[in-house]
Amino acid sequence: MSANRSETVFRARGLTKVYTMGEVEVHALRGIDLDLYAGELVVLLGASGSGKSTLVNILGGLDTATAGNVFYHGTDLTRAGDRELTEYRRHNVGFVFQFYNLIPSLTALENVALVTEIAERPMSPREALQLVGLGPRAEHFPSQLSGGEQQRVAIARAIAKRPQVLLCDEPTGALDSQTGIVVLEALERVNRELGTTTVIITHNVVQGEIAERIIHLKDGQITETQRNEQRRAPGELTW
Amino acid sequence: MKTINIKIIRDLKSMRGQVIAIGFVIVAGVSVYVTMTSVSNTLQRTLQLYYAEYAFADGFASIRRAPNAAGERLREIAGINEVETRVSAIVNLEIADFADPVMGLIVSLPEEGRPQLNRLYMRQGRMPDPEREGEAALHEAFARAHGLEPGDQLSAVIGGRRRALTVVGIALSPEFLYQVQPGSLFPDPERFGVLWMSRGGLEAAYGMTGAFNDVSFTLAPGASVRDVLDRVDLLLRPYGGQGAYARADHMSHSLISEELNQLEAVAFLLPLIMLSVAAFLLNIVVARLITLQREQIAVLKAFGYSDLAVATHYVKMVLVVAVFGALAGTALAVWMGSALAELYLEYFHFPFLDHRLDATVVVTAVALAGGAAVVGAALSARRALSLAPAEAMRPAPPPSYRTTLLERFGLRKHFDQSTRIILRNIERQWLKASITVLGIAAACGILVMGLFWGDAFRHIVRIQFGIAQREDLTVTFTEPTSASAIHELAALPGVHYAEPFRIFAVRLKNGHRWYDAAIEGIPVEAYLRRVIDPSLKPVQIPAHGLMLTTTLAEILDVRPGEQLAVEVMTGRRYERSVVVSGVAEQFLGVGAYMSLDAANRLAGDGDAVSGAYLLIDSRYEQQLNRALQDRPRVASITARDRMVESYMSVAAETLLVFTVILSLFAGVIALGVIYNSVRISLSERDRELASMRVLGFTRGEVSYILLGETALLVLAAIPVGLAIGAGLSALSAQSLQTEMYRIPVVLTRGTFALSAAVVLVSTLLSTVLVRRRLHRLDLIGVLKTRE
Ligand SMILES: Nc1ncnc2c1ncn2[C@@H]1O[C@H](COP(=O)(O)OP(=O)(O)O)[C@@H](O)[C@H]1O
Ligand SMILES: [Mg+2]
Repeated sequence: MSANRSETVFRARGLTKVYTMGEVEVHALRGIDLDLYAGELVVLLGASGSGKSTLVNILGGLDTATAGNVFYHGTDLTRAGDRELTEYRRHNVGFVFQFYNLIPSLTALENVALVTEIAERPMSPREALQLVGLGPRAEHFPSQLSGGEQQRVAIARAIAKRPQVLLCDEPTGALDSQTGIVVLEALERVNRELGTTTVIITHNVVQGEIAERIIHLKDGQITETQRNEQRRAPGELTW
Repeated sequence: MKTINIKIIRDLKSMRGQVIAIGFVIVAGVSVYVTMTSVSNTLQRTLQLYYAEYAFADGFASIRRAPNAAGERLREIAGINEVETRVSAIVNLEIADFADPVMGLIVSLPEEGRPQLNRLYMRQGRMPDPEREGEAALHEAFARAHGLEPGDQLSAVIGGRRRALTVVGIALSPEFLYQVQPGSLFPDPERFGVLWMSRGGLEAAYGMTGAFNDVSFTLAPGASVRDVLDRVDLLLRPYGGQGAYARADHMSHSLISEELNQLEAVAFLLPLIMLSVAAFLLNIVVARLITLQREQIAVLKAFGYSDLAVATHYVKMVLVVAVFGALAGTALAVWMGSALAELYLEYFHFPFLDHRLDATVVVTAVALAGGAAVVGAALSARRALSLAPAEAMRPAPPPSYRTTLLERFGLRKHFDQSTRIILRNIERQWLKASITVLGIAAACGILVMGLFWGDAFRHIVRIQFGIAQREDLTVTFTEPTSASAIHELAALPGVHYAEPFRIFAVRLKNGHRWYDAAIEGIPVEAYLRRVIDPSLKPVQIPAHGLMLTTTLAEILDVRPGEQLAVEVMTGRRYERSVVVSGVAEQFLGVGAYMSLDAANRLAGDGDAVSGAYLLIDSRYEQQLNRALQDRPRVASITARDRMVESYMSVAAETLLVFTVILSLFAGVIALGVIYNSVRISLSERDRELASMRVLGFTRGEVSYILLGETALLVLAAIPVGLAIGAGLSALSAQSLQTEMYRIPVVLTRGTFALSAAVVLVSTLLSTVLVRRRLHRLDLIGVLKTRE
């Protein structure tokens, strides 16, 4: 958990993804080479359809590449079977999605507990909710929470297992800017306090300013990797 | 509790309407299964126990009169274990304040000790004391019908003399589980009863001193039944043996065995249908749930729940429904089981009934319900398994529609937009639509089958008692009597017409097949007792040859024109070859008919009659009964109305129970299928329907789209259901009919109409339930939620 800054968590080489839909072939990723380091906060920037989700899904073991390799701490995810990927996700990865994807029939606390119950060394669900500032709303159902609150529950759910990596696919995409900032603050705090390697997808250039590194994606290729010398706190952003 | 299991409970709660509807179908299936199986087990178990403890015999024979020495020789037959000889007498009884003729069968009890075979279970009082004259024990059914208790009196005409009898005990016997007059099929405990008396007194009164006319025996282990019966027959033949028969042919035993077989058949068929319907319903509900929870499934997988864990989650959900349904069904079955057992106790007189719920039956029921649920759910849950987590995070593509066949055939212009939506939807989900049709049809079919039994029984009564047996009274003589006796009967006041008949026991043989029956001779010009052909028209009895009922012809495997060996079993036994001249329809019992003259030629003792059928003036019935009872040679007097009554009361009560239960269950199935189908259509299309409301469609127009689809399916299902019902009726008639009952497959328009009506009412009810939801469609909310 306490990460050695220079340690490589992900090493991707020549990562390619082709979707075949009948006659049509969609090249979502065209040879991605990428290293992600322990504890860093990376923002993945790109237009819609540029392959951001595809890349993150492969990193998170939700999807598999067509060609190329991804190593997670020396384990080749591209060679892992379904069972290994499930194990990998269960113990190492936390996801945050654009539409929160909470289980509507479970309360905030239960949504978090759903994940801690199958993890190895989780924090308590209440503790996780407190980390995102939602301790008092633990017994509420998703339908009783605002979008921002739901997304913070989703973050609590993602970090409660103390994952090595936190993958967030447009976590602010469905939120207004003010609420989006609250969510980014929660993510930034988790990254800082827990040292979780964090990837945040966005098509909002401004959000890149909270990252240590900004990776630009276009048409399935990395066009630029930018080290951010002047990181700003989410609270200072406006969009 | 694990959080994922909390989700099960909450999900079930939010679908409670559907869950309850399915639960009821499971309750119905399980309760029928548990009730019938456990009652059947109870009866089997009690029967075995009763037979064993009360030494029910393996073989029986009636003889005209055999000296006691013959009984000793029977004991020496290889393969015979125990032998008990008895005297039995058919007598007329007189009971204070009861005007109708009453027949009694008096069976002797040994002078010393208790009977070795067919022992009595004393319900009340004691066994008759050999030292005291005129003591009798009564069969419980008979005693109860007349309210007779130990200490009461009745009189019997034994050997031509009236004797006073004192009731000293109320008893039951494994021989008379079903207490029914010889030759009759239906119990009438007011007009027929079994009595037991000490042998000494009975022998003396009946002129049987030093002799016996009835014998029962048990077989040594491993003995061949057929061989032993043949040897017994050979030995008893000189004494007027009427053919030994095995337990399987014993009236009381065979009737209860048949009843048990029927129970088992029903216990299998009905639950099979109901649990299949439940499986189908769970299948569509889970399929829909998985579609709705696509994203939830993806999240579970993304966070490391394995495919198996996710599939198990949905299977557990249905298991909860199945297990609760099974438990509720079992609870219901406890109550239904004791009610059904009570019903059986009215006709089958067991001394005790050890009715309990077998753990194995309950476990089997839970396993069957669970199995059906898991099969139903697993087919859908497989889809959840194959859902890749990344895939599931993307919204499902809009379902692809096509123009329907009907439209492509150029009928498009006849349909408005809403109707096109309905048709395209049905065609797109044709498999689900056809299974829904099948489910509704099954309910309709079960109903038809339930009502069919009433139709069949009424048909039997109409044919049997309306066309074939038209007499008011049947009088039998103690022995064949000269034809002039008929004129004497006809001359009695109140008798319009008397028609003679001649009846005697025979063994009909065709190769290795044989059957013990009675030949009935009736006049060629018969008016009261008529033989009917398979097209139900009365036919004239041919002057020569033998007419067999359809069942008997089948048993013996003979066709008209073929020869049959007839062994006459009266007194001297001899065999003749007789041609089968035709086949007659008869639903109750089996029979062989000849012209009166031909029958008399075959029996060989001149122009004799065994009795007469009478047409009477009902105002004279009482007076006539008394006059007939006082005639020395009259053995029995039976009123046809009583026969119809006892037949109908046995049939009607059982039928009513079955019809009510079946209708209820069919309604539950119809409601379950229709309600679920509408609910699922609503859930699949709430966005579409809400959008239409936003576009300005009225509630009525939107309801039309949703309910029009259901209406179409129901209308398609009804004819299919009626056809299935006709099939099920024929199948159940086929599997439940016995030698004693032929069940005609007749279905009335009323049955079809009522079945269709129940389905329509269920539809209406489901519609009302769903329309409330339809009216509360959340126009804004539905459009906002992302799919
Ligand atoms: N399951 C899929 N089937 C076919 N094409 C897909 C699928 N998923 C993504 N794509 C295509 O791959 C490309 C990249 O998609 P995605 O990674 O979702 O982009 P982003 O997240 O950057 O918007 C797009 O052109 C998209 O249409
Ligand atoms: Mg995306």
